[in-house]
Amino acid sequence: MPAQPDDPVNDPARNGAGDEPRWSELAAQPPSPERARAVELALRERLPADCVLSREEELRPYECDGLAVFHQRPMLVVLPHTEAQVRDVLLECRRLDVPVVARGAGTGLSGGAMPHAAGVVLSLARFNRILEIDPLARTARVQPGVRNLAVSEAAAPHGLYYAPDPSSQIACTIGGNVAENSGGVHCLKYGLTVHNVLGLRGYTMDGAPVTLGGRALDAPGLDLLALMLGSEGLLLVITEVILKLVPKPALAQVVMASFDDVGKAGDAVAAIIAAGIIPAGLEMMDRKAAAAVEPFVQAGYDLTAEAILLAESDGTPDEVADEVAAMERVLRAAGATAIAVSHSEAERLRYWSGRKNAFPAAGRVSPDYYCMDGTIPRKAIGQVLKAIEQLEHKYQLKCMNVFHAGDGNLHPLILFDANQSGAWQRADAFGADILELCVQLGGTITGEHGVGVEKLNSMCVQFSPAERAAFFAVKRAFDPAGLLNPGKAIPTLARCAEYGKLHVHHGRLPHPELPRF
Amino acid sequence: MQALLRELRERVRHAHESRTPLRLRGAGTKDFYGERCEGQLLELHGYAGVLAYEPAELVLTARCGTRLSEIEALLAAQRQFLAFEPPALGGDPTIGGIVAAGLSGPRRARAGAARDFVLGTLLLGCDGELLHFGGTVMKNVAGFDVSRLLCGSLGILGPVLEVSLKVLPLPPAQQTLRFEMAEGEALAAFNRWAGQPLPLCATAWFDGQAWVRLSGAASAVRASAQQLGGERIESEPAAAFWRSARDQTHPLLSRAASLWRLSLPSTAAPLSLAPPAAQLIEWGGALRWCATDRPAAEMRAIAAAAGGSAMHWRGGASGSRFHPLAPPVLELPRRLKARFDPHGIFNPGRLVAEL
Repeated sequence: MPAQPDDPVNDPARNGAGDEPRWSELAAQPPSPERARAVELALRERLPADCVLSREEELRPYECDGLAVFHQRPMLVVLPHTEAQVRDVLLECRRLDVPVVARGAGTGLSGGAMPHAAGVVLSLARFNRILEIDPLARTARVQPGVRNLAVSEAAAPHGLYYAPDPSSQIACTIGGNVAENSGGVHCLKYGLTVHNVLGLRGYTMDGAPVTLGGRALDAPGLDLLALMLGSEGLLLVITEVILKLVPKPALAQVVMASFDDVGKAGDAVAAIIAAGIIPAGLEMMDRKAAAAVEPFVQAGYDLTAEAILLAESDGTPDEVADEVAAMERVLRAAGATAIAVSHSEAERLRYWSGRKNAFPAAGRVSPDYYCMDGTIPRKAIGQVLKAIEQLEHKYQLKCMNVFHAGDGNLHPLILFDANQSGAWQRADAFGADILELCVQLGGTITGEHGVGVEKLNSMCVQFSPAERAAFFAVKRAFDPAGLLNPGKAIPTLARCAEYGKLHVHHGRLPHPELPRF
Repeated sequence: MQALLRELRERVRHAHESRTPLRLRGAGTKDFYGERCEGQLLELHGYAGVLAYEPAELVLTARCGTRLSEIEALLAAQRQFLAFEPPALGGDPTIGGIVAAGLSGPRRARAGAARDFVLGTLLLGCDGELLHFGGTVMKNVAGFDVSRLLCGSLGILGPVLEVSLKVLPLPPAQQTLRFEMAEGEALAAFNRWAGQPLPLCATAWFDGQAWVRLSGAASAVRASAQQLGGERIESEPAAAFWRSARDQTHPLLSRAASLWRLSLPSTAAPLSLAPPAAQLIEWGGALRWCATDRPAAEMRAIAAAAGGSAMHWRGGASGSRFHPLAPPVLELPRRLKARFDPHGIFNPGRLVAEL
């Protein structure tokens, strides 16, 4: 992006390169007591007493999101009740030059909601109402603090549900789902959050109201709605969302297949897609993951298998019967050593229970675990799993693999003990290696968890300096002062220079002839 | 192609430096579409060719000048297709033009819009830089989703040189049903059916007849056709009807002296136009084509009151084509345009007069 010297907030003398934010001015150091008091007083003047938290014990629960290794106590937490209060918080913080980090349930896994030391956490926990379900139009109008699963529960009496179902759906909120463009088990067939949001309302950091999309299927002008999905709270604070609801299928059944080789299981995934089948869910667990979850959920997993595939079919009963039969044929041809099909809803849920409980199960077998989130072309699944095995030796850490195989979205869980000196550093480097491998294979460093603070370095590998400058240009257009969730999602030129790894050009390595991993 | 790419980059860089507006053009099938725009012609149809297509990955990557016919033939050979059914509009559009316009066909309400299938793009920036956004995998939240922003931007942020699209397997079975129904009755039925677990992939209403296309597994299509009833239409006339809606060869769309496109909530009541205008309704009620020479202000007021927007698609009096944006709504697009194209060289005014 070309620099624009006529723009007062983008004066290169004051900023980093081009549109890069004012890191020096927004240094993540705690504010002076005088500054903290002045900001608190200013916000208390605008908000009811129950909306501002400032005592240390009140602030502590907000120090981190689901990725606790990155934590930071905020200067203040505000919990507004109304849209007008959200706007007031933003106006006041803009006036006082205070960073703002919006927060939903705090279940994110990339540190995207990690507070800023000199900033305010804007919790949307009180925006927890489902405002309207319109069964005929198949829409739900909700506040951002509504839990994902609550939408489907409210729509259920009408035979409808909200399709995106991230693993954390009992706790995570719609606002956070929008910020991360969350997926889930069913997004292969039913799409990501971006495919299921019709419109939203929110405020820019300058306190200006913004309405994007709506109940019609398109709107004039640039499609800013799509740009908001996955924007990690850097562009707008969202206060209302219109969601698309879809009819609940008459029946769902799951096929569970065992494989004696992860490569064969990976090829089976590609074979199902190549056979013209788009399963409602297509998930994979490796032997280590199955072994960890089986004592916990007793799902009856084949513990001798190197990999287990779960493939779900949904639709009318005839359709499901046909599709299940077709999937069984493909899985057998791909070398499945055992196949089981669920014959009741209880059995279906039991087959899924291990997949859904993989994270808590990891917590049972290891003091700490680190969940990665790269996406790769499906055909590379076997290759990546074998490379991860080699990395286990290199870093002397175990890694279990559960993932959305149908989407090629990996969730390696690196097991470590944070009390061992250097263990976290090894886990971190292990994770970065996996993500770099994803980029080399033509994939991406994050499928659905977001960059947050966690993957800033890996962004340097995936994007060129010009591409990162374009992201900062988008950021500047929405938030000229750079106060909304600063320091997340996009690394600065200086940071990437310091990280010093090569930018991999669009899946093509600088020296493809060199052996790696 | 490398020489052409160099030339395109050079021309854009030069246009940026000399502040010369460019008019981006693929096959020219959408020359009529959008606002008028002046500038030196930047022809993009030569930068053509499919770069990658792996059926099991469900992704196709092509240069912007690749023709729709070539892509569709390649996909059909593997029993796959572009599920958003991009309109050909009486020609053979380029994939770059399809993404730039962001238009979708009859399947839109169920399958999604063009932007829902865009996975990644290569943008030619105003200073000649090549910028990759998104990628070729199904799920990707690294960086802002600029690819989807570019879809439907009509080139005002720069030419999309390459695009990766998600493709889907062709449904094994299709069946079109036709019902004698008044407009209001059809709108109610479309919305009611869309809330049921039926393999409904397109609906349309014209001249007292409702058309319903089912697609999916043969068993599901058969069972649902039985459940819904209506007259079963043979596959050839059925395909011809949906093709006419998609490509705008339907008499209402091709012959109207002045054609309006209203994008509304699917549950919006039948339009009260006096005298009544001939209409083709698609997308379960969310898209209403009206052949009418009513004044623009009236059409826009009707659409806005129903919670949507009205575009003057073709013909009629001159004047702005797209539904105007209020000044506060223009502010963010204006700032984005200023950053991606500070000298306003890319398709000035084509999407919005002010940009």
